[in-house]
Amino acid sequence: MTREPAKKIRAVVVDDEELARQVLREFAASHPEIEVIAECANGFEAVKVVTEQKPDLMFLDIQMPKLDGFEVLELIGNETAVVFVTAYDSYAIKAFEVHAVDYLLKPFGADRFEAALKRAKQRLAGKLPETTPPAADLAAAARPPAQYLDRIAVRDGTRVFIIPVAKLDYAEAQDDYVALAADGKKHLKQQTISSLESALDPSRFMRIHRSYLVNLERVAKVEPYAKDSHVAVLANGAQLPVSRAGYARLRAFIDK
Amino acid sequence: MHPILSNFRRLLIYLLAWIPITGLLAYLLTVFHEIRDVEALALAVPLCVLYAFLCLSSWYSCRGNSLEKYSLGRLVTTHLTAALVASVIWAFAAVSLASTLSKLPSFQGLSHRFRPEIPVMIVTGLLLYLLWIALYYVIIAVEASREAEARVMKASVLAREAELRALKAQVNPHFLFNSLNSISALTSSDASKAREMCILLGDFLRRTLGLGEKAAIPLEEELSLIRAFLAVEKVRFGARIQMEENIDKAALSVPVPPLLLQPLVENAVVHGIANLVEGGWIRLNVRSQNGDLAITVENSFDPEAPPRRKSGVGLVNVRQRLQARYGNRASFGVQTEGDRYRVALTLPAESEATPA
Repeated sequence: MTREPAKKIRAVVVDDEELARQVLREFAASHPEIEVIAECANGFEAVKVVTEQKPDLMFLDIQMPKLDGFEVLELIGNETAVVFVTAYDSYAIKAFEVHAVDYLLKPFGADRFEAALKRAKQRLAGKLPETTPPAADLAAAARPPAQYLDRIAVRDGTRVFIIPVAKLDYAEAQDDYVALAADGKKHLKQQTISSLESALDPSRFMRIHRSYLVNLERVAKVEPYAKDSHVAVLANGAQLPVSRAGYARLRAFIDK
Repeated sequence: MHPILSNFRRLLIYLLAWIPITGLLAYLLTVFHEIRDVEALALAVPLCVLYAFLCLSSWYSCRGNSLEKYSLGRLVTTHLTAALVASVIWAFAAVSLASTLSKLPSFQGLSHRFRPEIPVMIVTGLLLYLLWIALYYVIIAVEASREAEARVMKASVLAREAELRALKAQVNPHFLFNSLNSISALTSSDASKAREMCILLGDFLRRTLGLGEKAAIPLEEELSLIRAFLAVEKVRFGARIQMEENIDKAALSVPVPPLLLQPLVENAVVHGIANLVEGGWIRLNVRSQNGDLAITVENSFDPEAPPRRKSGVGLVNVRQRLQARYGNRASFGVQTEGDRYRVALTLPAESEATPA
C-alpha cells in the first residue's frame, strides 16, 4: 500500500441539519488535505461511523436527535479529535473540559474554520498521551454540580444503548470499565466507577463496595455473609458484596 | 385581625373618642329627668367603658356580613337585631348600676329616678352601635381598595416583566444564529434560496418588532407571525416539519396577548421536531366556545431524546402572562401522552382589546 507524502485527514461531519453540514463540507473542500469520509445526521450514526472507520477529525453538533454531542464524544473515546459546531455558546466551557479541539459558533466564516483546522492538526500531530482519562470521565467531571445524569449512553461495537438511570440495577468495576446491569443485561462502558458515582444522584445510588455501586431502590435486603462482611440482595435476586465502609453507609441510609 | 384591638394606638384613639360620648350621655341623662350632674357622670363613665368594649365586637358581624355578598334587607335585619340586643344589655347594666349606686347615701333614690331614663339608654345604645358598624364598614372598604390596588400593581409589574422576557425569548438568539448559518450555507449553493430566506427572516423579525408594547393583537396576526416563523424553520429543517392548523373562523378577530402562541410553536420545534430524525408534526387547534378561546398546540416528540437544558422557559412565561392578565378566567395545562406533547390553554374571548 502506497501512502501519499502527507497523510490526508479523514473527517466526519455530524449535524442534523443538511444546510449546516453543507457549510462544513464546503469549507473542508477548499483544503485538499482533508477528506470528508462521512456525514451523519444524528448521534447514533456518528458513533457507528467512528467505530467502523476511525476518522481523525469530527465536526460535531451538540443538539441533535437521539444522542447529543457530548454523549457522542463520551462513546467514541480519544482517538478522534472533535470540533464542536453549535449555535449555543453556553456549552463552550464544558466542551473544552472534555478536551474538544475547538468550538465553532454558528454562523462562522472560513477564517474561523481554518483556525479550528489548525488546532486539530496540532492535536493530531501530537496525539494524545496514553494516560488521558477516558472521555466519559472527563464528561462526568465537566458536569455542573447538582445536575446528575438521567441516562447513560453505552456502546457495544457499532450499536448504542441508552440506559435510563432509573433502570440501572448496579454498576460493577471491571479494570478500566464499568459493567452496567440493567434489565437483566450487562453493558460495558469505558469509565471508572468513581467518576460514574460522581455523575449519579447520591440519594439514589450508593457505593457499597470498592467495585460496586448500587441503585438503592433495588436493594431488597442486606444479610451478613461472613465475619465482618455483608451481602446486598437485590429485588432481582442478584447478590452484591458489601464492604465494611459500604455497610456503614447503608446503615446510615436505612436509619435515616 | 381586629383593626382596633390589634393596634395599641388605634385602641387609644378609639377610647379617646368615647370621652365626648360619655359627656354627651351624662348630659342626656340630666336633661330629661331629675338626675344630678354627679349622678349622671357616675353612671355614664362606667357604662361608656362597658359599651366601648361591647361595640368592638360588632366588627366581627361586619366582617361576616360583607356589603357585596348580602342583600340590604338581610344586612339591616342582622345589624338592627345585634344593635338592639347590645343596647338592651347596656340598659340592663345601667339599671343594675343605678340600683347599686342608690345604696350609697349620696345617691339615694337614684334607682327610682333612673327608671324613666331606660328608653334614653336604649335609643342612645342603638345609635352608638349602628355608628360603629358604619365606621367598620368604612374601614373594610378602605382595606379592600388598598388590597385591590396592590393586586393591580403586582399584576402590571408581572405583565411588564413577562413582556420583557417574551421579547427576549422572541428574538431567540439561537434561532437567529441557526438561521444565519443556513443562509451562509445557501449563499454558495443556491443564492436565490438564500435571498428568499433573508426575506423570510426579515419578515418575521419585522412582525415581532413593537409587539411587546401592545396589550393585544387579533389572533389572525399572531397566526401569521407563527407562519412567518415556521417558514424560516422550514428552510432549516426541510421536510421534517409538518404543520397542521385547525382554526375556527370566528376566532380570527379575537384579541390575544401578542407572542402568546409563537413561543409554544417554537418550543414544539426546538424540543419536538429538532429531536426527531424523521421529523414530526405540529398541530394547532383554536376553537371559540362559550365566550372562551380554547387553544391547543400539540407536537410529536421523542420521549428518549437527550435531555435539553433550559426546557420549558417559554411555557412558564406564557403561563405567567395568562395568569397576570386574566387571573382565574384563563387556564393552562401541559400533557404528554406517549410520543405526543400537548399544551392546552383557554382564555376569555374579549370582544375588544382592553388596554393593559
